[in-house]
Amino acid sequence: MPHINLSNEYPGIRSLFFYRPETATPLNGLVQAMLHNPHPTLSAGERELIATYVSRLNTCFYCCNIHGAIARHQLGGNGEIVEQMLADPETAPISEKLKALLKIAAKVQSGGKNVLPADIDLARAEGATDLEIHDAVLIAAAFCMYNRYVDGLATWQPDNPGMYDQMGEQRAREGYLTPPAKLVIGH
Amino acid sequence: MAHIKLLNEELPGIVGLLNFRPETGKALTDLAEVLLRGPSTLTSGEREIIAASVSYWNQCHFCHTSHAAAAAAHLGTGLSLIDDIKAGLPQTPVSDKLRALLHIAHQVQRSGKEVTEEDVADARILGATDTEIHDTVLIAAAFCMFNRYVDGLGTWAPVPNEAYAEMGKRMAHVGYGKS
Repeated sequence: MPHINLSNEYPGIRSLFFYRPETATPLNGLVQAMLHNPHPTLSAGERELIATYVSRLNTCFYCCNIHGAIARHQLGGNGEIVEQMLADPETAPISEKLKALLKIAAKVQSGGKNVLPADIDLARAEGATDLEIHDAVLIAAAFCMYNRYVDGLATWQPDNPGMYDQMGEQRAREGYLTPPAKLVIGH
Repeated sequence: MAHIKLLNEELPGIVGLLNFRPETGKALTDLAEVLLRGPSTLTSGEREIIAASVSYWNQCHFCHTSHAAAAAAHLGTGLSLIDDIKAGLPQTPVSDKLRALLHIAHQVQRSGKEVTEEDVADARILGATDTEIHDTVLIAAAFCMFNRYVDGLGTWAPVPNEAYAEMGKRMAHVGYGKS
């Protein structure tokens, strides 16, 4: 049960957005800008993989499952990439550049000061631009916020793959700013 | 020097990053504004103390010192508040409710899952409302982001507390994302 009375039946961060619309607006605006809006070089699928990976490192069930589902839909329905990336980024079928950005993201997750010049040099050697390094750091940092927010208030995080798939399909298509569709749970 | 080439390397801490990437900067400053200066039953001084404490626990010098200076500007305490926050506020008169909320914030700083029903019940007994508990968790979580953003990109920060006096006044009285 959530730590506070949220007065709605939505799962995870959506329940918090309904509870406090004043803070939902910038929180949704940030995730839209980081993950969904057009990016000169990183695909939405690649950015969702970074969000999914950091959420797994923070053991946030809801965020890892919803962003994993969005990543899958952004990658043309290829769930295998998401599963392999979560199991071991090094052997996953992703670019060497994205592997280096995931290493930076993991450093950020454990503490901003843990990012060392050598981590940045490795990413640059694999072709990462300053904008990509910036965005990888910010996505990782932001999910250290979203994950703590969702878990710190003990939101409802159902174990229902169909629900995450349905929500993930909507977010991959529409982005983050539209109201949630009515959930069809239990099939 | 920062890990990436900023547009203006004279801007310290998060300021240089917001300038580098205005597409994300707008939402970040809007979030700080509503969390720390928006309508709330917690005073802005109390909320800045939460932000500065979390930043200290995350060892982010720029965020700790600037938000502690903002708290000092709201509360009229003088800059000694900056070091008092590091010590756990032995010299500053703060309510038991705020101390209970700071405990929740410290749990969030470690991990969201560390917050227990008992932590929340303790804050409620001391008068904390659901919205105050919500806002405390979100402020603490948000500073786990801001701190990682600022340190993860290796931005520079002025060292002495005095260098943050004017910045703190601007943050307190002008606001975030406003020039």
